[in-house]
This record gives sequence, C-alpha cells and structure tokens, in this order.
Amino acid sequence: MPLSKDEVRHVAMLARLGLEPGEEDFYAGQLSGILEHIDRLQQLDTEDIPPTAQVVEIASRLREDEPRPCLSQEEALANAPAAVDGFFRVPSIQEET
Amino acid sequence: MADWETVIGMEVHVQPKTRSKMFCGCSVADVNEPPNTHVCEICLGLPGTLPAINRAAVEACIKTALALRCEIPRHTKFDRKNYMYPDLPKGYQISQYDLPMSVNGLLEVDGRKVRIRRVHLEEDTGKLVHAGDKLHKAWESYVDLNRAGVPLMEIVSEPDLRSADEARDYAIELRTVLRAIGASEADMEKGQLRAEPNVSIRRAGTDALGVKTELKNINSFRALHRAILYEVDRQQKLLETGGTVVQETRGWSEDEERTFSQRSKEFAEDYRYFPEPDLPPLELDRAWIEELRAALPELPAIRRARLVSQHGLTAGQAAIISADRDLADLYETAVMQGAPPLPTANWIVNEVAPTGKLLDPAYLAELMTMLQAKDITRDQAREAYFESVETGRTPAEIVAEHGYRQVSDESELRVIAEAVIDANPKAVADYRNGKTQALNALLNELRKKAPQANPKVARELLLKLLG
Repeated sequence: MPLSKDEVRHVAMLARLGLEPGEEDFYAGQLSGILEHIDRLQQLDTEDIPPTAQVVEIASRLREDEPRPCLSQEEALANAPAAVDGFFRVPSIQEET
Repeated sequence: MADWETVIGMEVHVQPKTRSKMFCGCSVADVNEPPNTHVCEICLGLPGTLPAINRAAVEACIKTALALRCEIPRHTKFDRKNYMYPDLPKGYQISQYDLPMSVNGLLEVDGRKVRIRRVHLEEDTGKLVHAGDKLHKAWESYVDLNRAGVPLMEIVSEPDLRSADEARDYAIELRTVLRAIGASEADMEKGQLRAEPNVSIRRAGTDALGVKTELKNINSFRALHRAILYEVDRQQKLLETGGTVVQETRGWSEDEERTFSQRSKEFAEDYRYFPEPDLPPLELDRAWIEELRAALPELPAIRRARLVSQHGLTAGQAAIISADRDLADLYETAVMQGAPPLPTANWIVNEVAPTGKLLDPAYLAELMTMLQAKDITRDQAREAYFESVETGRTPAEIVAEHGYRQVSDESELRVIAEAVIDANPKAVADYRNGKTQALNALLNELRKKAPQANPKVARELLLKLLG
C-alpha cells in the first residue's frame, strides 16, 4: 500500500523533520517499500506463535530503589545549545489558550 | 426542559513513594531543588543509555492495584508513547499501553461503586517555564528535567461518577487509600497526586455518553470540585443554545475560575505506541504479589466502619480519624491502653488532626483518663498535651508540676465569681437587659482568674448569682 504525500508530511511533522520540496515523493517511495516488505511478512502464518515484543529472553529484571549520584548541573547542560540560569533554553513553546 | 446528568471518569496520576526515579538511579527531587540537578544520562535521553525498572515503583503499583481490587495479569510490559515536546528529551514517554500492570478494579465511595479500568506505571515529564514578551512575540521556554523520569502511577476510573461532589470524594478516598497502604504520600500541593476529570453531560435517562472534555491544572480538591461545576455549566449552556461540545483538553485557571481550551494544532494525538525495546517484559512473581496482598493493612473504608461499630464513633469522627493512618493507629492504641473511646475520638478530631502533633498512645491514654475523671480542665489538658509532645515528659508529671486541677466545687469558686460580677457592671447590666452573650464575657473573665474552674460549674454558678 503506497504512502501518500500527505501521510509523509504528517509523519515528518510528528518527528519534527523539515522536508525540502520534492522530498515527499522520495520518502513516500522509500517508506512504501518498507511497508510492502512488512506486508509480505504479514502473509506468513503466525497462528501458533505468541506475539513477541522482545527478542532477548530476559523477563522481570528489576532494579533496587537505590539512588545513585546525578550529573552536576554544569555537566547536564554541557551539550545544550542554549541554557540560562540552570535551565535548558528552547524556542517558543507557548501553550495556546 | 429535561434534566442533564453529569458523567465523570477520573484519571489520577500518583507519584509512588520511591527514593530514585522510575528508570534510573537519580534521586527524586524535592519541589524547590535547583533545576537540572537531579538528572543523569538516562533521564536526559542521551544516546547509548538503557533504562532499568525500579522495583519499589512496581511494588507500590501492585499494592495500589491490590487495594483497588484490581486483577494483575501474568504479563505486562512497557511501551513508548511518542511525542515531540521538550518536557521529555527522549522524544517519547515510557508508559504502558495494551498490557497495563493491572485492570478491572473497584473503589467504593460513600456507597457508590466506582470501577477502576486500570492502574499502570509510567514516567513523569520535565517542567517547562514559559517566559517571553507579548509585545515582541519573543517567547522562549526554560526546561527543568528534575521531574523527568520520576515514577507515576496512572489510575483510570470508568465514567461512574455523577457529580462534582462524587468526583472530589473519589479523589479524597483514593488519597486516603494510597496513604494508608504507604504507596504514596499523595500530597496534591507537591504534585504527588494530580486529578484529571473527564467530564461530559447527557440528558437524564439516556445511556449514550456525551462528548467529553478533559480538565487539567487542578491543584486541590477544591479546585477539582469547582472546575467540574464550571465545566458542567459551560457544556450545559453550550448544548442548550444549539452549540456542540468539542472533545479537547481544557485547563483550569484558579485565578479566573474558568476552564480554557488547551488545544494545540501541532499536538494532534498520534502517539504511535510500540513496545519499549529497551525494557524486558514483566512476568510478576505470583508469590510476591500474594506476599504484598497479605501485608496490606486494613483499608480505610473497613477501618472507618469498624471505628463506628466497635467504638461507637459518629461517621464524621470515624472519617477524620481513619483518613490518616497515624491518627487511626494512635486512636486505637490509646483506646487499647485504657483511653475512654468517645472523649479520645473527640480529642483527636479537635486537637490532634488540625495540628498533626501526635503523642505517645500511652501518654494520650493517661491524659484522657484524667480529663474524663474531671481532674483537669480541657484547657489544661491541651496545655499538658502539647507540652508532653514537645518535651516527651508524661502528662501526669506535667499536670503535677503546674498544679493543674479542675475545681468543680461551687463554694471554692463563689468568691471569684462574685468578684467578677462586681468588677464588670456593664456586662452584668447587658446580661440583665437580655444580651445573653454577655454571660460569655463574664465566664471568660472568671476563667482568666481561675483557669482551674470547671467551665460548666462556673457557668451555672454565674447564672445563679445573676439570678
């Protein structure tokens, strides 16, 4: 099932990716190829196979509730493009009212 | 015009009592810690890190599920809820989607059975501070990730509540249960319990659900109540004037006492959930679950009923005392050690609950016995109570040291009463002219001069002398 240009734009928006003009078609083709591959996998008979969310055969591994040292504020902010007064600074996220 | 019926389902987020975050070892920060001081590579979402599930959070969630009479399925897992917003730097929140930790529970609130759809675990998000300049539209946001990754339980009810009162009482009962089982401190002011009601209305007698709105930014039980009342009224006016309710999230503004739309065009709900590949699924040990079930304390509703039937308390007294496990434990231990049940309940409701100052149960029993025997006045008992809390000395010692005693003998009080009457001609005249409250002024004067006076005897004596 080929992906429409609108769907590509929607997915790009959700991932906050900016697309150049013409890229919608390019990615629509690539992503459709992936979906077609999945469609082929769907044809397999998996009736007797339990759904798998994990390929590692480990279950129920829990961590004890013991605090460990955190990063310092300086370390935490070291890679931030912008910071102010100990906060990460990000552009204009203002909730609409 | 046919009546409307209000229909409310509740989503309540509760921070379980843990020392570290949900998926990393960062300590859980207090509210006023400096920003970004409780963060690490994992909760900052740096590449190459792996989350690990906090056992204490799982345990608190199981206990909550059990207290809410939920089923705990054999398999549960975490999922990614994808959305791009700076409050979670990973670009997704780890939550639970189709296989939550627990399902199908029940919480009874004043006789109404509220079905619990699910209780699941997830992580909290960071905090955004919006700053900017309206004139120049130069907005920016500041991000503090101390809360990002803090464990949260989400408790979702079915739409079984029918009024703002019921929704508030449900939230209060939930808090009481969470505190009683030690799953959370559930302090609303600290954001440890956040209630988000889903509100819709429908014509009375119909079954189909109306379009709902979800209310956020609610910081107190009072705000919860008022936000729902406002929202019901808003929806009713809309529908009665030919409008329609739009399904959306609305924020409650405490200052303006209204709800407002928080819709954001860019924030269309499209979370593309998928199983969290970095976390193993959970197959919870049934023996562990049974251990936790066996260790659950008596639940508040049951304790409340027992306080009424066993000790003869009023429903109101029982509600206040059982709302706090420490109060209830203090009460029952003191009574077991000989404290008279009713005066002690009265004492706890009026003196202990409002101050939160708890005395050793044996000392409380000792003090209540003295009060019951009329050896000391209530004011003296209060002084002795708080002094005992402060110093750790026994009430008997304190009473003896201060020479506290109650005088119920009229002849001992008569001289003082007569002096008070002589010294306050105006109050006496007022009283004789029918101003009955003037008696209280005289009584207060008398008690200033003779704190040991039995107030009831003193009052009767004054009445007699005023003739």
